[in-house]
Amino acid sequence: MAEFKEISPDAPAAAKLMNWVDNRFPASKLYKEHMSEYYAPKNFNFWYVFGSLALLVLVIQIVTGIFLTMHYKPDAALAFGSVEYIMRDVPWGWLIRYMHSTGASAFFVVVYLHMFRGLIYGSYRKPRELIWIFGCAIFLALMAEAFMGYLLPWGQMSYWGAQVIVNLFAAIPFIGPDLALLIRGDYVVGDATLNRFFAFHVIAVPLVLLGLVVAHLIALHEVGSNNPDGVEIKAKKDASGKPLDGIPFHPYYTVHDIFAVSVFLMIFSAIIFFAPEAGGYFLEYNNFIPADSLKTPAHIAPVWYFTPYYSMLRAITSEMMYALIACVLAGAVLGVLKAKIAALFKLVIVGAAVVLIGAMLAIDAKFWGVVVMGGAVIILFFLPWLDNSAAKSIRYRPTWHSWMYGIFVVNFLVLGYLGINPPSLINERVSQVGTLFYFGFFLLMPWWSRLGTFRPVPDRVTFAAH
Amino acid sequence: MMKTLKQLALGFAVVLALAGTGAHAATTGIAWDKAPNKTNDLGALQNGAKLFVNYCLNCHSAAFMRYNRLRDIGLTEQQIKDNLLFATDKVGETMKASIDPKQAKDWFGANPPDLTVIARSRAGAGGTGADYLYTYLRTYYRDDTTATGWNNLAFPTVAMPHVLWELSGERKPLYEEKEEHGHKVAVFKGWQQVTPGTMTNLQYDQAMGDLVGYLQWMGEPAQNTRVRVGAWVLLFLLSLTFVAWRLNAAFWKDIK
Repeated sequence: MAEFKEISPDAPAAAKLMNWVDNRFPASKLYKEHMSEYYAPKNFNFWYVFGSLALLVLVIQIVTGIFLTMHYKPDAALAFGSVEYIMRDVPWGWLIRYMHSTGASAFFVVVYLHMFRGLIYGSYRKPRELIWIFGCAIFLALMAEAFMGYLLPWGQMSYWGAQVIVNLFAAIPFIGPDLALLIRGDYVVGDATLNRFFAFHVIAVPLVLLGLVVAHLIALHEVGSNNPDGVEIKAKKDASGKPLDGIPFHPYYTVHDIFAVSVFLMIFSAIIFFAPEAGGYFLEYNNFIPADSLKTPAHIAPVWYFTPYYSMLRAITSEMMYALIACVLAGAVLGVLKAKIAALFKLVIVGAAVVLIGAMLAIDAKFWGVVVMGGAVIILFFLPWLDNSAAKSIRYRPTWHSWMYGIFVVNFLVLGYLGINPPSLINERVSQVGTLFYFGFFLLMPWWSRLGTFRPVPDRVTFAAH
Repeated sequence: MMKTLKQLALGFAVVLALAGTGAHAATTGIAWDKAPNKTNDLGALQNGAKLFVNYCLNCHSAAFMRYNRLRDIGLTEQQIKDNLLFATDKVGETMKASIDPKQAKDWFGANPPDLTVIARSRAGAGGTGADYLYTYLRTYYRDDTTATGWNNLAFPTVAMPHVLWELSGERKPLYEEKEEHGHKVAVFKGWQQVTPGTMTNLQYDQAMGDLVGYLQWMGEPAQNTRVRVGAWVLLFLLSLTFVAWRLNAAFWKDIK
């Protein structure tokens, strides 16, 4: 609790006002802690702009979303028409709508890049595990937000996309069908579904999202930012206790971010004004046909940002199950032979493997597809404890580690590409290999991340003056 | 590290290039012709609107399009009232077809789709929605095996009869045998005019260009405004970026 501070009666009016506020609300304190005296490493590079950009897109989505709800009608009979009403009859409605639809894709672009930054510079490692976990939760909430928002225009792709994804929940043994019914509020996607998705999309999930963003930032500002060298700047401080390699966030990174924001807005606006459909990737052509529960489109694909996961879902066929069983078996054998643990634990491993394999044989592959798809996101939460490398940053890790990350990215993009396309045999095989690589990358990370010759990590950050 | 990033960028470019070629499943029917872009040609749009109201609006609605929006293509409210209002007497109404949907379903086996955003919904790997419509409207032919007696090359076994046949006349597609992958296939090579229409082929193509231009404009009436505003927005952002860049440099020159 702060002391009540008296101010000289001769002080300027602005200082008096600030003093009055500060005695009642920590305005100056917050400003100092989070802006003017938040010391960030001076060696941030290009990859460090995406956090601020994600925040900007969040604000864009909330503000445009508010204006959209003023005219949108969450009613199966009116929804499609109300979107067209916004596009035609609401002054500047087309701009608001395109900002929101482009914003959804932009959100995933910046968030994927933001996550990749964390991945290559080890930003999730001690003591930043919670920042990463909050971030993963944000990603999960964002996926829910995007999925439910996509139903609202009530076009064919909205409808059938929702139908396919909600039906996945029905594959869960025992509770599945009832769970799917609970989500839909009906036996098929319908008015009830639209209404509840609307409620989740405009209030429930955004509240969670905002709370998580605040937690993400509080955790970040508590431990301080990581940097491309993975060096803790708090380890070297000057006499006044400021990190030697730290610079105040404001003004240095605010001007940095303003520059990044203006470049981002140029790309963002170019899409909004010149190619709002982005070739059918941001606004799918099929979605300009009103939802029709009697006409299933020939090819249903989720929006691009979900397709890597969708590919992994489709990769799990009953054939693929044998490959997965072989993986579980190999894991169990390796655990029993190699791990230095008590015999009792080895018995537990064997028991768990037997139960798991039994379940894998007994339950339909579709369910395991759902497990794999969900697991692909959930596994990210465990990253801080999977990475055993001696250096945080990719800069000081063995060169072939960079290659691993490179292949990981290419693999992710290939999975995304395959997810857009209709299923085919080659598509299936490639996505199966891709799925195994994706999971292998993470599950074997405790092992491979230790290997190789690491370069010495410097005491101070590397920085060349601009 | 830079090398890796370059490799990544290259991989990304390859994937994007791949994605560009096959984002959507190929549709059946012949390859689409390129539609002329007439969304800035007010004369063509007005002619397209006339054709639309006279030929399409009997069965198809444009339920999200208001008549008075036609002011955007250079018509006055009085002109709209005098020439284009058949189904309603209020110029603020949307374009609703007079046909009863149930009856339509009985007659054609399918409800005629709403045409407001048809040009946006029909885009695909073969081209834009306008390309599709331009091809579709110009590839009707007589076919005694179908219920309506008409068939279409871009939309085989289409439920809609050739409403514009008086304009185009009757035509017959000509095929030539070709060998592809060891199979003999019939490849479309042109048209043979069976009976003349009130228009020549060239006039008909131009009329369809106007109609498609109108449909394309109607799909997003703000599309040209959008591009115009966009140019100014980008110009503004370009100067903002320059200022932000210099501002950034001015602050960062202190950081050693």
